[in-house]
Amino acid sequence: MNTVRFIARLDVKAPYLVKGVQLEGLRQLGDPHRFACDYYEQGIDEILYMDIVASLYDRSNILDLVEKTTQNVFVPLTVGGGLRTVADVARALQSGADKVAINTAAIKRPELITEVANHFGSQCMVVSIEAKRNTDSTGWQAYYDNGREPTGKDVVAWAKQAADLGAGEILLTSVDREGLGKGMDVALVAAVTEQLSIPVIASGGVGRVEDVFTVIEQAHVQAVAMAHVLHYGKIELENLRRRAKERGISVRQWQEINEAS
Amino acid sequence: MNNKVTIIDYGAGNLLSVRRAFEHFGAQVTIADTHSAIDAADRLVLPGVGAFGKGMEQLQKRRLIWAIQGFATLGRPLLGICLGMQMLLEESEEFGTHAGLGLIPGRVVALPKQDKEGKPLCIPHIGWNGVLPLHTLSDWQKTALEGTKEGENFYFVHSFQAQPTDPTHGLAHCLYGGLPVCAVIHRDNLTGCQFHPEKSGKSGLRVIQKFLQS
Repeated sequence: MNTVRFIARLDVKAPYLVKGVQLEGLRQLGDPHRFACDYYEQGIDEILYMDIVASLYDRSNILDLVEKTTQNVFVPLTVGGGLRTVADVARALQSGADKVAINTAAIKRPELITEVANHFGSQCMVVSIEAKRNTDSTGWQAYYDNGREPTGKDVVAWAKQAADLGAGEILLTSVDREGLGKGMDVALVAAVTEQLSIPVIASGGVGRVEDVFTVIEQAHVQAVAMAHVLHYGKIELENLRRRAKERGISVRQWQEINEAS
Repeated sequence: MNNKVTIIDYGAGNLLSVRRAFEHFGAQVTIADTHSAIDAADRLVLPGVGAFGKGMEQLQKRRLIWAIQGFATLGRPLLGICLGMQMLLEESEEFGTHAGLGLIPGRVVALPKQDKEGKPLCIPHIGWNGVLPLHTLSDWQKTALEGTKEGENFYFVHSFQAQPTDPTHGLAHCLYGGLPVCAVIHRDNLTGCQFHPEKSGKSGLRVIQKFLQS
């Protein structure tokens, strides 16, 4: 089994870290940079900044934050929210991001995925999918605009198309479960990982460490994103790693790194 | 030795992180995209993400190929990271055959599509993986891996891997799907890491520091 990645997801409404429920009803939690540094020191595998108000062209924007964070945080950094063009992606990468997560612009013009992959490599093109279960339980539909607007696209089919177009990873957020802390939508994640050969990051719904293990063991996902459980200290990374190892899940060897430094 | 380092800018993505990692150790960083700046360098870093052919094309466009080759033959330290490591070799099979810098004999080939048991492997290889000595751990002494523990984790993201012709040019590998994947190559003053030391937490920073001390 390959090493599973734990990702801290920080939803940002510049200059604040915010957290909502089902991507709505936001609460300010503090300075995202400080949270990111803290997670880095605790051994997080990656940081994900999601700009929930798409501030790219505002005076106080997400890229200032990205640039600041790269001074202290030496793990991969993904930035998403409001990126529409190859030029936007170039700006994000120049600011220190390693990858970009794109949802709306990719829905509206799927060729953007290929353009970004051709320019900067597939490894930095993360397609973000906001998934909601269909009311008749026949599957999941992709949404955009923080889970408000339906696209008419089936999530599994869209994920496959995104991979074919050159996506390097899929960030799969369950809007139904997001912010509730009652477990991830394992069936959704499994439906996508079964069809894809690129890595999938599961996001939305982690409330306890068991939720993380369930999605790894049952949906064979390569990475799990966590937000409020980290922000509110409900899950401590050291504890998560230790218990994952006890269950036979391969994780980054953080203990050795601590000793070595 | 001084603490100067020159990072080559050929339009290949995230230079800032590499720069910040060196600055973390108080290095004097110069970003260079000209022949003369490379000539003047004490230590050179060739970073890079993306496709091999495109990377070489960008170096060619800026007339930097000879400059890098010239720098390398003078024995000064050169570190290639990810695509920058792969470009140290003679050629790559990524999207057709492309010539590399030819500083280390060998080729760049696609990662295996299946694991040891024949099950499909997730490509690209993205994530943390432990590095293992290709021969013996003592080979790591006086290289960028000095102080690195066997199995210590680094951050990888790639779909192709280096295959040096001379096995003594391999310094470390990792296992992906149970199969060995080239992680670090080394030849005299030249070092290449497939992983991103600037994105590998404190383990990666140590590699940066060791290179800065070389």
